[in-house]
Amino acid sequence: MMVKVAIFQWPAVFDCSNALSCDFEIGQQVLDRASVRAEGSKPGGMDDLWAGLSQAFWLLVTLDADLVEITLRSLRVTLTALAIACVIALPLAAFLAVRRFRARRATIAVLNALMGLPPVVVGLVVYVFLSRAGPFGVFGLLFTPTAMIIAQVIIVVPLVASIAHQSLRELWSDYHDLLISMNATQLQRIQALLWDGRRALLTAALAGFGRAIGEVGAIMVVGGNIDHATRVLTTAIALETGKGEFAMALGLGFVLIALAIAVNLCIHWLGRTESEGRW
Amino acid sequence: MQMFPLVAKGAQVRRRGKVLVGPVDLTLGGQGTSIVIGPNGAGKTTLLKMLHGIVRMNGGSLDWACPLEEAQKRQAFVFQTPVMLRRTVIDNIAYPLRLTGVGRKDARERAADWASRVGLGEILQRQATMLSGGERQKLALARALVREPDVLFLDEPCAALDGRATREIEEILAQASDNGTRLIMSTHNMGQARRLADEVIFVLGGRIHEFSPAKPFFAGPGTSQGRAFLNGDIVE
Ligand SMILES: Nc1ncnc2c1ncn2[C@@H]1O[C@H](COP(=O)(O)OP(=O)(O)OP(=O)(O)O)[C@@H](O)[C@H]1O
Ligand SMILES: [Mg+2]
Repeated sequence: MMVKVAIFQWPAVFDCSNALSCDFEIGQQVLDRASVRAEGSKPGGMDDLWAGLSQAFWLLVTLDADLVEITLRSLRVTLTALAIACVIALPLAAFLAVRRFRARRATIAVLNALMGLPPVVVGLVVYVFLSRAGPFGVFGLLFTPTAMIIAQVIIVVPLVASIAHQSLRELWSDYHDLLISMNATQLQRIQALLWDGRRALLTAALAGFGRAIGEVGAIMVVGGNIDHATRVLTTAIALETGKGEFAMALGLGFVLIALAIAVNLCIHWLGRTESEGRW
Repeated sequence: MQMFPLVAKGAQVRRRGKVLVGPVDLTLGGQGTSIVIGPNGAGKTTLLKMLHGIVRMNGGSLDWACPLEEAQKRQAFVFQTPVMLRRTVIDNIAYPLRLTGVGRKDARERAADWASRVGLGEILQRQATMLSGGERQKLALARALVREPDVLFLDEPCAALDGRATREIEEILAQASDNGTRLIMSTHNMGQARRLADEVIFVLGGRIHEFSPAKPFFAGPGTSQGRAFLNGDIVE
């Protein structure tokens, strides 16, 4: 549906690739099914749900090829985006903590504002830039995993930078006198913060992972949810649910929930080692 | 190159319209140990930090005999509340050396040596943030001495130490002093002040109330406030 809206609003700007129109048809089907369901009597109800659950479980246990493929793609896209985002956001956070310059407050305010940006809008903007008529159209990146990575990087950088900055600023207020007294250079100060604040930074990165892996709006717009190409956990769940394929949707949902829980356990565990001062 | 004399002229530190220290006119020579004493809140910490050059001054001047950049490299500071880097004890002590480009192995060897001198030899691999107050002060001292500075500022370095550790640290400080390190130290321990001082800086209300050689000061301070402080009375 996201795709549809974007296309209808900007028909003159974008020429739809084959992939898109194909996916668009799927989208249309989805709509039809959904409306039929809504109009008809109650859908399966509890029985449907139970059947879905047991099938989903079966898909997980047998490592269903589609499910594995989609999960791996999700992980690849999100981890790549996260790695790039961290390379940008963490040094930026340390720099903002250590350095007093005139635009510092403004930069922090902008980061915080960007954090609240609706992902769909990020997707839309990336779409405009990558579409064939856009400034980066020649690279043909629209509806590729690369486009999804770009969108996720834009969504995750402000979040990671902002969380990391908060803890690094705290660390810096502790280290400030000592490092200045020792004549540490600007670069050495940043290095010390990044190294000694590594647990907090990992927590920030995990939060970024959580946000990126569960994101659907932006990557739907720029990725197009193309089977075997740009379909990831979230977009697949949206699609399968719309089609009424609860088993697949639930199976994918379990994977997503498992990942989210794993991330939260990691954050919790990091918080514990932080207070105990291990590693 | 000669660092001293250190000359302060009308040096002042103000925060939020309130004068914390100053105006200070002071000339410190290159010999001996200066002990800074005075009641709580008198401005001892602020004065030491100002002389060390890590608080912004709001007036006056502070000049070393050598270029500032060189002077900065040859000083170290032991803070009243020691700052623990989130690392192991040995990495804390090695850190100042690493900053000046000393190799990892060499830095660790020298750090281990200093750690055992201050009595931390048994806990080299412990996280510094888990140390007790006294152990933290020992660590801070070793970390300050590892670069073998020409000038060492110490802000109540023995405040959290037991009697025995205090004596051990004084021993180390006396040794450093004999080796030519200029010590400028604040303390509330008058016994310690008597043992270490060559000259006394008595601070009151942010100003240097008395500055005199140790012997005459402890024999009989020149001001009534100085006498009251030494007697442990309330100083107004
Ligand atoms: N950044 C600051 N802003 C405002 N006031 C400050 C600041 N730093 C110190 N002060 C004030 O300046 C005064 C002197 O503080 P300082 O820490 O130098 O005292 P001190 O002589 O070291 O005391 P103590 O013996 O308790 O260590 C205190 O009244 C303190 O509240
Ligand atoms: Mg003090």
